[in-house]
Amino acid sequence: MSIDLSQFVQAFLDESFEGLDLMESELLDDEILDTSRNGERINTIFRAAHSIKGSAGTFGFGFVGEFTHGVETLLDQVRSGRRALTEEARALLLEAVDRIREMLIAARDGSPLDRDAVEQTRSAIGALLETEEGAATAAGDGTEKRAKASAPARWNIRFLPHRSLFATGNDPLRIFGYLRDLGTLELSCDDAALPALAELDPESCYLRWTLELTGPAAEAQVREAFEWVEDQCDLEVSRIDASAQRAADASPGAAAATDASGAPAATDADEPASADAAQAGRAGADRRRTADRRNDSGSIRVAVEKIDHLVNLVGELVISQAMLETIARADVDEFDAVHLERLRQGLAQLERNTRELQEAVLGVRMIPISFVFSRLPRVVRDLAARLGKEVDLVLEGEETELDKGVIEKLVDPLTHMVRNAIDHGIEKPDARERAGKPRAGTLKLRAAHQGGNIVIEISDDGAGLNRERILAKAAERGLPVPENPSDRDVWQLICKPGFSTAEQITDVSGRGVGMDVVRQNIESLNGRLEIDSTQGQGTRMTIRLPLTLAILDGMSVRVGDEIFIVPLTAILESLQPKPEQLYTISGRGRVLNLRGDYVPLLSLRDVFHLPSNREQAEDGIVVVVESAEDRAALFVDELIAQHQVVIKSLETNYRRVPGISGATILGDGRVALILDVDMLTQMH
Amino acid sequence: MNAAQQREDARSAETRRELLLFRLGQEEYGIDILSVQEIRRYEAVTRLVNTPEHIKGVINMRGTIVPIVDLRIKFNLPVVTYDEFTVVVILNVAKRVVGVVVDAVSDVVTITEDDLKPAPEFGAQVDDDYLDGLATVDDRMIIVLDIESLITTPELGLIDEASAQ
Repeated sequence: MSIDLSQFVQAFLDESFEGLDLMESELLDDEILDTSRNGERINTIFRAAHSIKGSAGTFGFGFVGEFTHGVETLLDQVRSGRRALTEEARALLLEAVDRIREMLIAARDGSPLDRDAVEQTRSAIGALLETEEGAATAAGDGTEKRAKASAPARWNIRFLPHRSLFATGNDPLRIFGYLRDLGTLELSCDDAALPALAELDPESCYLRWTLELTGPAAEAQVREAFEWVEDQCDLEVSRIDASAQRAADASPGAAAATDASGAPAATDADEPASADAAQAGRAGADRRRTADRRNDSGSIRVAVEKIDHLVNLVGELVISQAMLETIARADVDEFDAVHLERLRQGLAQLERNTRELQEAVLGVRMIPISFVFSRLPRVVRDLAARLGKEVDLVLEGEETELDKGVIEKLVDPLTHMVRNAIDHGIEKPDARERAGKPRAGTLKLRAAHQGGNIVIEISDDGAGLNRERILAKAAERGLPVPENPSDRDVWQLICKPGFSTAEQITDVSGRGVGMDVVRQNIESLNGRLEIDSTQGQGTRMTIRLPLTLAILDGMSVRVGDEIFIVPLTAILESLQPKPEQLYTISGRGRVLNLRGDYVPLLSLRDVFHLPSNREQAEDGIVVVVESAEDRAALFVDELIAQHQVVIKSLETNYRRVPGISGATILGDGRVALILDVDMLTQMH
Repeated sequence: MNAAQQREDARSAETRRELLLFRLGQEEYGIDILSVQEIRRYEAVTRLVNTPEHIKGVINMRGTIVPIVDLRIKFNLPVVTYDEFTVVVILNVAKRVVGVVVDAVSDVVTITEDDLKPAPEFGAQVDDDYLDGLATVDDRMIIVLDIESLITTPELGLIDEASAQ
């Protein structure tokens, strides 16, 4: 019988990644170094490592389990007070967390793994484990209950599994394999209970084993091998002393090699499991394979209360529907004003239910931004240490919820911006002192709801952006710079492709992916990036994002017979221009004088080649829109309404259309196109 | 049913093709009926920007945005009218849903591979790549299209060049 384990592999990976995140966040808390207070935290980390190790073997990720074993041993020593957790050990454990994560990602995606790094960490852990346990131990707790690991011992183990052993997915072979790693294993199998073939139930375990293990293993280690089958077997572990040993030698029990253990059903289950796992890994491999991004986890964890809320809302919806049905059942001649009133009430109720249900369903996709924030302390810690800087990280609004899709795409940009802030923004402690600032810089991340948007601010109290240097660099790189650029224009320059002000190329930033990629990522989420900076006082970057990817706040505008949707986030204002506000620049089109600023005027009619019947700008309305780059005045016939629209992709069945970011369906069933403001402002 | 007959049935099922016939001007075309999702009346489309003339725009088909191609324009037919007989054949090919405008849908017929004759050189009008061949049904000539390669050709402009690979 072969159990298809592949269906659980994803769950295993999800849980392991969660466990790793947990280990990481616990390790990053400084309390962990305090022997008197870290007990619970160490236990949490240990449990996470332990379950990763345990299930890794089951799912055919044996190498992960093997690696984690060292980590677990180290943690166990800390847990039992035999070793204090030093700063060095903490760094090593963090490194190990990274390695395990890499191994799992590599196994999942079938991507290449840096085996040298794994080997390095493994031997570092091994070296640490070999150092005298007691040397680093905090005083006290000298009473060592367990047998000293180095003393070789002989263990006699009687393993009497219950019939149901296989049903729980356990495989004696794996247990024996584990034991074999602990020392020399001799094993004999008792097949007396095995029935005739005709009566044999292949899913039952009829075999019993007697094992003899010689090696430097403690009883606890031996028992640990059977940890997963404790409930499904009778187990006796006894130490063989010299006299008993002689008796054992004399006994006629035939010793068999480990691999001769007869468990055909189990071997059978083992093979396909690992094959399936590898296959699942390949299937999950994403074409755009970016190193450390868990973007293809196809599942989501939803709080039970959210689901309960959904169930309640569906209940209300059913009630409304029943109410409407009752009204509809009335005879035509009975249908009077009273019925009409009730019908209206019912419809209003239905509308409310629908809206609430819509919100709740979208809420299911919402996860707190702490998903991204929680990995930043690690980035900050590592980077600050590497660059010799002191950084206090302040996180605010971690509970702010965002669409899962948005959050996953935010990981890289946010990480990059945080790296930038530490690398370029915050100065070295000495320089800060000279500038009259505290030695440690403050990096603040704040997330909050603001209207229908999520606003994420990344601010530092570092050196701020250097206007002259940016302008010089832009000139050097041949980037177009407007005349008399405002500060805002200058700050936007750093988001241009090919711009990098780092004086030296570090491996931190300056790898060619710069702020332009950050901006692109944010804009692909319909968001916007704003930069504020004061020299000597710091920089603040603000990301504004729509709450979800699927719904957009938009203004519908009419041009000819067509309706277009302008994203509300891009609209600065709408106005009816006076003739004296409009100027023509020969060969360059028209501009609108907006309180002294000249904004290019784009006629959507021209851009989209729509049939024209009215071309007087003063008869229509201009909508002034702003992208990260530029502003433009869109000339439309009429503003219709402001509403939320559901974004539909044009690319599903068609392809990308320049100037259009997507489509939506209007109340009357027509399709309306959503304008891509960034493309439009660049079109003129 | 004896074994020989079963084999015979299996073979003919293999080579038998059901075609949906439609008219473009004076010509009659056939496409594999398995690629047809549904047939709709022509309705107003939302125009797209900067697209070739034969791409009429997009429609909302029960919440899905579906591009509409007018094959008559694509095949350079002289008269292109939109009247009550003008229909849109919604196709489901290459994992995409696409609508094609035709003058009328006429019939569903079954042909065998033997009925299919290779087409003579047409010149530039209709690329041979989209033709499976010619078939004769009730003394009428049917141009059998390989609709999947027609829809996915970059020339038609329905699919990004990059994703057409």
